[in-house]
Amino acid sequence: FDLSSLQEPTLYTVKAVLILDNDGERLFAKYYDDTYPSVKEQKAFEKNIFNKTHRTDSEIALLEGLTVVYKSNIDLYFYVIGSSHENELMLMAVLNCLFDSLSQMLRKNVEKRALMENMEGLFLAVDEIVDGGVILESDPQQVVHRVALRGDDVPLTEQTVSQVCLSSSCQCSNQCVKKTNFFLFNQSHLVIG
Amino acid sequence: MIKKFDKKDEESGSGSNPFQHLEKSAVLQEARIFNETPINPRRCLHILTKILYILNQGEHFGTTEATEAFFAMTRLFQSNDQTLRRMCYLTIKEMADISEDVIIVTSSLTKDMTGKEDVYRGPAIRALCRITDGTRWYYIHKYMKFYIVYTVFFFFCCFLALRLHHMMKMSYDVVKRWVNEAQEAASSDNIMVQYHGLGLLYHLRKNDRLAVSKMLNKFTKSGLKSPFAYCMLIRIASKLLQESEGGHDSPLFDFIEGCLRNKHEMVVYEAASAIVHLPNCTARELAPAVSVLQLFCSSPKPALRYAAVRTLNKVAMKHPSAVTACNLDLENLITDSNRSIATLAITTLLKTGSESSVDRLMKQISSFVSEISDEFKVVVVQAISALCQKYPRKHSVMMNFLSNMLRDDGGFEYKRAIVDCIISIIEENPESKEVGLAHLCEFIEDCEHTVLATRILHLLGKEGPRTQTPSKYIRFIFNRVVLENEAVRAAAVSALAKFGAQNDDLLPSVLVLLQRCMMDSDDEVRDRSTFYFNVLQQKQKALNAAYIFNGLTVSVPGLEKALHQYTLEPSEKSFDIKTVPLATAPISEQKTEITPVASKQPEKLAPSRQDIFQDQLAAIPEFRGLGPLFKSSDPVQLTEAETEYVVRCVKHMFTDHMVFQLKKNKTFKKKKKKKAPVQTEPGCRDVMLCTCPRRSLLVTSPLTILTNKLLLWFPSSSVSCTFSCTMKFLVRDCDPNTREPDDDGYEDEYVLEDLEVTVSDHIQRVLKPNFAAAWDEVGDDYEKEETFALASVKTLEEAVGNIISFLGMQPCERSDKVPENKNSHTLYLAGVFRGGHDVLARSRLALSDGVTMQVTVRSKEETPVDVILASVG
Repeated sequence: FDLSSLQEPTLYTVKAVLILDNDGERLFAKYYDDTYPSVKEQKAFEKNIFNKTHRTDSEIALLEGLTVVYKSNIDLYFYVIGSSHENELMLMAVLNCLFDSLSQMLRKNVEKRALMENMEGLFLAVDEIVDGGVILESDPQQVVHRVALRGDDVPLTEQTVSQVCLSSSCQCSNQCVKKTNFFLFNQSHLVIG
Repeated sequence: MIKKFDKKDEESGSGSNPFQHLEKSAVLQEARIFNETPINPRRCLHILTKILYILNQGEHFGTTEATEAFFAMTRLFQSNDQTLRRMCYLTIKEMADISEDVIIVTSSLTKDMTGKEDVYRGPAIRALCRITDGTRWYYIHKYMKFYIVYTVFFFFCCFLALRLHHMMKMSYDVVKRWVNEAQEAASSDNIMVQYHGLGLLYHLRKNDRLAVSKMLNKFTKSGLKSPFAYCMLIRIASKLLQESEGGHDSPLFDFIEGCLRNKHEMVVYEAASAIVHLPNCTARELAPAVSVLQLFCSSPKPALRYAAVRTLNKVAMKHPSAVTACNLDLENLITDSNRSIATLAITTLLKTGSESSVDRLMKQISSFVSEISDEFKVVVVQAISALCQKYPRKHSVMMNFLSNMLRDDGGFEYKRAIVDCIISIIEENPESKEVGLAHLCEFIEDCEHTVLATRILHLLGKEGPRTQTPSKYIRFIFNRVVLENEAVRAAAVSALAKFGAQNDDLLPSVLVLLQRCMMDSDDEVRDRSTFYFNVLQQKQKALNAAYIFNGLTVSVPGLEKALHQYTLEPSEKSFDIKTVPLATAPISEQKTEITPVASKQPEKLAPSRQDIFQDQLAAIPEFRGLGPLFKSSDPVQLTEAETEYVVRCVKHMFTDHMVFQLKKNKTFKKKKKKKAPVQTEPGCRDVMLCTCPRRSLLVTSPLTILTNKLLLWFPSSSVSCTFSCTMKFLVRDCDPNTREPDDDGYEDEYVLEDLEVTVSDHIQRVLKPNFAAAWDEVGDDYEKEETFALASVKTLEEAVGNIISFLGMQPCERSDKVPENKNSHTLYLAGVFRGGHDVLARSRLALSDGVTMQVTVRSKEETPVDVILASVG
């Protein structure tokens, strides 16, 4: 009998988020449950994952009983891992959000050097997307907005501001005003700085 | 994808990674600048990032150094730099488990949470959740309520907090308020708030089915905005559907089906997958789900194609015909660049396609089998195994393919799947036996898995002696004795003994080999070889049959218990193995469900159902003197389905007695019965009703089971009879508030269906791996033979099925499988009659106008033979 039918509906979706470089070395890793409790097991899993995925550019695989969705760009490999019963498209949504957020934060320059120079941005962005295995946000605009790195790190173009306003206009008006205010404040800060 | 290798070289040369080769101690030294005034936000941020990076790399921090760094970090709250503050929150979360006294930042976090800065609030709450325990949580919650009612993270935090600190610690008030708030949130405009609100609501209510179904009712009507929330709702609905076991015409099913038309692919897929996973779905109910999956098969997104084909693969296991419509789309996926998708497509096609396409598909699959992961290799093997059952004529192609796979590298699960598959092919097709055994012999020559080696050796011992040239297997087996570990050596010795017992010309050489094994360094190997050597030297068929071919038939936990009991109570008598309950033979080999998930839990030897019954009955004083439990029947329904009362009966057979265990499930609320014995009146004279004080149990909740047991003296000469049953009971109303029954009540009666005791209740199934040897062992002292005509039966399969279920004996030598296009068949049956006498039956069946059956029965006692023949006639 299939296991998935016995599974409890829960908000815990993501088991791990990984970013590896093109030698398979860990640049970032966050495990949200005890599937791989020790660092040794985690590294072994990462090695296995990298060996199985770095040569192909397909975006999904089943490894060690887990569903792995992945994406690579230049010298970076992004992975989102969930249970094999998880909705693959949900995991994809997380992966896309992570990639698009970073792409915006790094001005489309998603490569190892740029990422390492913005490590704090990466930490903050992942924290905004997934916390404790629960998906917090799937909209990259919202993530970039919330990470709100200091002016010189965030490409604050006219476009992003208008997009943020647009997306938040559907939220309760009170908050929208506050957020926009904050954003404008942030931008003026940039001008002064 | 373009890889810039030159770029990488250039980078490693310049050392662009500022975090490479970071020393933990050096970074912790640097962290001292946290104490400088004024704070330099830029440098502090950099160092904080370094600390997080080191933590992230999996470096271990001692409690002291972590606490030191943590306390230094708390000083950074003085700075108003945004990013720095945010990194502080992250550090708090990361260090919550490794540092001591993280509680001290509570006030700082509370200040940020209630402050004016919007960017601080969410992360501050989340960090706060991470470090607070149950009692403090109550106060924080009050703050949260007051300052930020519906921020994005509120419900998420509640959810987290619920999991972290156990529900019980939370005050009832808080939880109740959350339900109201979560309910409002689930109708919120913000999609993530909606999702988390729904998740929290379900978490709070999941133990209350009525509340869950109310909640579902509300949201399925009003609709949701968030696709994530929709997925959650579908999961809850499908769980409820499965638990209620109701038909699929409920509004819940309609809701899931309606989601197939949602505009988000995520929701559509979730709905399709939910429908596919529902048990007992008809092909018609599956059709809409299959057609959306078919659409997904041609999607440009690999993840969607993968999800679709994986789900279709599941459908194909149960309803291959439902998937045939997608065959064309699946064919296109065979060449997919994602090997997982291609493998799933091929294995699905193998299940749905026709016999003619098998060769082509196998060729396709072997071209890339080395590139796919072990999980999928197992899927492939399982598909092949299913295929062999469907098209037995293709076994030579399959066997070739499997033997190639067996030679490749692979993990235990993969190898086990292949070995399982080869063994099942050998059992299904006698003509493939020699080839299969040869492949397996080759495999154990270089096999690192003890479990597989012992299994194969056991199989060789069973099948090898009966092949044309048994001598060629001896070399493979004895090689194991020389080269392997203890467990494999012991298994090899047992296999050798079987060759010696069956083949007289091999006996002298086997004896020599066994003599060599008697010098082994391991106790078990020595014991076995000494034992077999001495048994074989006697050259007696009966001894061989009893001690080499057909081993112990008792249940292992039962034997352990009986021996333990025997050692506790020293007595003059020697231990009688007949007092040990028999192992219930596996009725048919369970085909394991095909899941590509590697199970990590080791299998445990669970006590069988019969052992549980034995313990339950032995706990009742009246039943203590009855001796070992011989057999417990499957529960028999005494009422029609869906009536007010459901009464089931399990018949427990002892040497001279029989116990009826009646189980009654009541579907009533509000009413309660105090005495509800089911009275059983014997319908035939031979049986005397022994009174036994009936135990009446007071019902404490509406669904408690009332259990009555009834003891009968049942001499072994009486075999079958019918009991008519009536249930008499006292109906008493029950106070809905106090749940106390009223004193008054009225008598009521309920007529049940008749309870029959048949011959199969007296016989326990026992598997004799070597029927011929057992047949000779029993001897023809009490052999009887009779011929019957089964006029109503039209096919041999039907006749075989009827005989097995009627006699309740175990078919041996796979004789329950009737080969195709044959007019005659011999069925071998083995069992143990009440009292511990082996009974063997050989029935020759011939198909002409109806089926003619000649039954020969052997036993060491006369009664069982008579009983069986009388019952057949």
